[in-house]
Amino acid sequence: MSSPSVHAHQAPTGFIRKYIFSLDHKVIGLQYYFLALFSVFLGMALSLLMRWHMVFPDMKIAFFEKLWPAGAPGGVMTPELYLSLMTMHGTIMVFFVLTTAPQSGFGNYFLPIQIGAEDMAFPVLNMLSFWTTFLALVVMVMAFFVEGGAPLGGWTAYPPLSAVGAVAGPGQGAGQTLWVVSIAIFCGASLMGAINFIATTIDLRAPGMSLMRLPLTCWTWLITAILGLLGFAVLLSAGILLLLDRTAGTSFFIPGGLVFSDQIINHKGGSPLLYQHLFWFFGHPEVYIAILPGMGVASQLLSTFSRKPIFGYRAMVYAIIGIGLMGFVVWGHHMFMSGMSPYSAMAFSVLTMCIGVPSAIKTFNWIGTLWGGKIRFTTAMLFALGFVSLFVSGGISGIFLGQPALDLYFHDTYFVVGHFHMIMGVAAIFGMFAGTFYWFPKMFGRMMHEGMGKLHFYLTFIGVYCIFTPMHFVGVAGNPRRYADFKEFEFMQNLMPLHVFMTWAAVATAVAQIIFVINLVWSMKSGAKAPDNPWESTTLEWSIPSPPPFDNFGGKHPIVNHGPYEYGVPGAPKDHIMQTDPA
Amino acid sequence: MILAVILWVLTGAIVYGFAGKFWWFPPPISQHGVAYDEQFSVTLIVTGIIFAIAQAALGYVVFKFKDDGKRASYSHGNDKLEAIWTSATAVLFVGLVLMGTSIWASVHFAEAPADALQIEVTAKQFAWSFRYAGADGKFGKTDIKFINDANGNPVGLDEKDPDAKDDVVTPNIRVPAGKPVLLTLKARDVIHNFFVRELRLKQDLVPGMAIPFHFTADKIGIYEVACSELCGLGHHQMRATLQVMSPENFEKWKFEAAQK
Repeated sequence: MSSPSVHAHQAPTGFIRKYIFSLDHKVIGLQYYFLALFSVFLGMALSLLMRWHMVFPDMKIAFFEKLWPAGAPGGVMTPELYLSLMTMHGTIMVFFVLTTAPQSGFGNYFLPIQIGAEDMAFPVLNMLSFWTTFLALVVMVMAFFVEGGAPLGGWTAYPPLSAVGAVAGPGQGAGQTLWVVSIAIFCGASLMGAINFIATTIDLRAPGMSLMRLPLTCWTWLITAILGLLGFAVLLSAGILLLLDRTAGTSFFIPGGLVFSDQIINHKGGSPLLYQHLFWFFGHPEVYIAILPGMGVASQLLSTFSRKPIFGYRAMVYAIIGIGLMGFVVWGHHMFMSGMSPYSAMAFSVLTMCIGVPSAIKTFNWIGTLWGGKIRFTTAMLFALGFVSLFVSGGISGIFLGQPALDLYFHDTYFVVGHFHMIMGVAAIFGMFAGTFYWFPKMFGRMMHEGMGKLHFYLTFIGVYCIFTPMHFVGVAGNPRRYADFKEFEFMQNLMPLHVFMTWAAVATAVAQIIFVINLVWSMKSGAKAPDNPWESTTLEWSIPSPPPFDNFGGKHPIVNHGPYEYGVPGAPKDHIMQTDPA
Repeated sequence: MILAVILWVLTGAIVYGFAGKFWWFPPPISQHGVAYDEQFSVTLIVTGIIFAIAQAALGYVVFKFKDDGKRASYSHGNDKLEAIWTSATAVLFVGLVLMGTSIWASVHFAEAPADALQIEVTAKQFAWSFRYAGADGKFGKTDIKFINDANGNPVGLDEKDPDAKDDVVTPNIRVPAGKPVLLTLKARDVIHNFFVRELRLKQDLVPGMAIPFHFTADKIGIYEVACSELCGLGHHQMRATLQVMSPENFEKWKFEAAQK
């Protein structure tokens, strides 16, 4: 529990110590948030270029050639450029957006405050983990500018394609090396962050903040940190082994007897499947790293804005823990077609179906929370409701993919692309939007514009369904993913109208994001002044000024007397009881 | 409330899109394909019902429970409901996977019949090679040092080996209708994936491994083989055809091809 001496550092005065190399968890949280914001727009821009190339592969576009003289000679994008955009889109979105904003961004800012602490447990480590993440992003983006360009092996970087160097394709030389180095650096950053989150949650809770009084956001940040600690450690090993295969002549993942165009590769004894096991041992928990904090935010907001306690708090906590534990025993469902033992596929598929159960529990409980509520339709709430809808839509297709029998057709089709974009991509991003609209008043002391917010919500909500629903249909028709264009195959010609539709839907949805940026920038300068507790919420961050003072609680030490979601309590003077209200 | 209407319209449109089968599987060409489609249909119906109820319920609560200035009903949940929907979901989800077990088993646990036609499949960036044993029924020796794409030896056949003389290596695969076929899947450089939509089958080809994979195609016709594991810049062009022929035509083709 919290002790007064924890806040070792004083409020800095210089610009650099205050905003750049800050030890303040709130500044670091915002640094992560803006790093993710930059990354999400970069990733989105890449996806638009990809979608454009898929449906207009021969169109000459002058600025393609300006950006990539070698990758788009005459303005026509080459397949290798398409694949490198795809690789970078996936990598940047997964690591620098989905792993970064919900956990490191919001978590850094609000975990200490919600548990009543003055800062994270290790402020210096916290600063280091941000700047290490920043370095990883710089190294990743550098891959665009080296000879051969960015790697083309996808965000999964399966060897031998990723392991043998430029002989496997342009981008597989220096670009792929930078990719591996960046991921290894990112793993280090995530490990530092995970340790800090866990220590903070265990050690720094205010008196009275028992585990069963933690806001569900804190539960999801805690479990996500544990997933990160175990997952990124394994990815780091895989990354180092891959790097050694690439640079030191080892053969961890490269088997003997490889021949690229008549050239024999001098490696022997490695196993491509070993890499896949290591990668997905991280990769599947990573899905939950991306989505769990969104679940926490959705739970917090659905309770707050329907003015009701969360339905089944304990069941929600157990579901979060259950998802965390089981997240580590289902990785094989990414490998049903990989050549691993088909018997293990049976085990992995049953476990995969089991992990669907806590996810379903959460959905039931969210609807149970809303049932009989008095819903306030703020923009934040709309995004939380959108999250639930997208979570259902994205989760349900997992029931197809989790069955190895059905995966015999759907593996690596657009059905998979639609599935994971719906749940890990846009549902998680809706969680971030919800968190942004909910916490913006606390972070910046001003309200965001509700009109702009709602317009942005409706356009984005309809937009993402228009982009990702048709992917399921082209998947049912058998369209493989990671194809630069669809000209070679007869059966894909019928699907082109759907692809064109998805491209225009993506363009429209991307344009709608400008509204969000305008809202964000405008509200920071000119939004209405925010009171301490604009949403009449109950958790600790709403008991302090907006924005919070440097040490969060102004020298006081909060004492927690109530659970996190006491809304609509019969007989209470107000319709909500703050966690710090007297017992 | 606009959101409720949007939720209902989207749900309706998605259900209509799947029910209408506007973009759909090609007809199956094997018994496995028929069984596959049944498992898919059952899963689609079960998940479709869950999907529609969940989205419609979300729309309903959004429509029904607006803030009217009064207090909400105070409840922390209901353990009995919790237990019911947890066990119902568990039974349903695990039940679905168990139902599909026989399909997976027939593909991966069952051995190919001893008289199955053997074909060795070798994938490379970005082409397929299919090798048949020829009239002697024996595959000739291969070695990677003999691989020479320019001279038409993509699998590295040892030309000194008498068994290799009549081996047939082709860029497209031909099989006789109704006869079991046993593929041995190999890759020369990176991971590839053998996918034929009409067979409802897919399997990675992994360097360093020889993966057995069997099927029986019943319907005569020409079908497309699409590489379905990212293999490099030509991945989207890595196409072959699967030609299912009458057994007589197949034997005739194989005999003639071995003469060349």
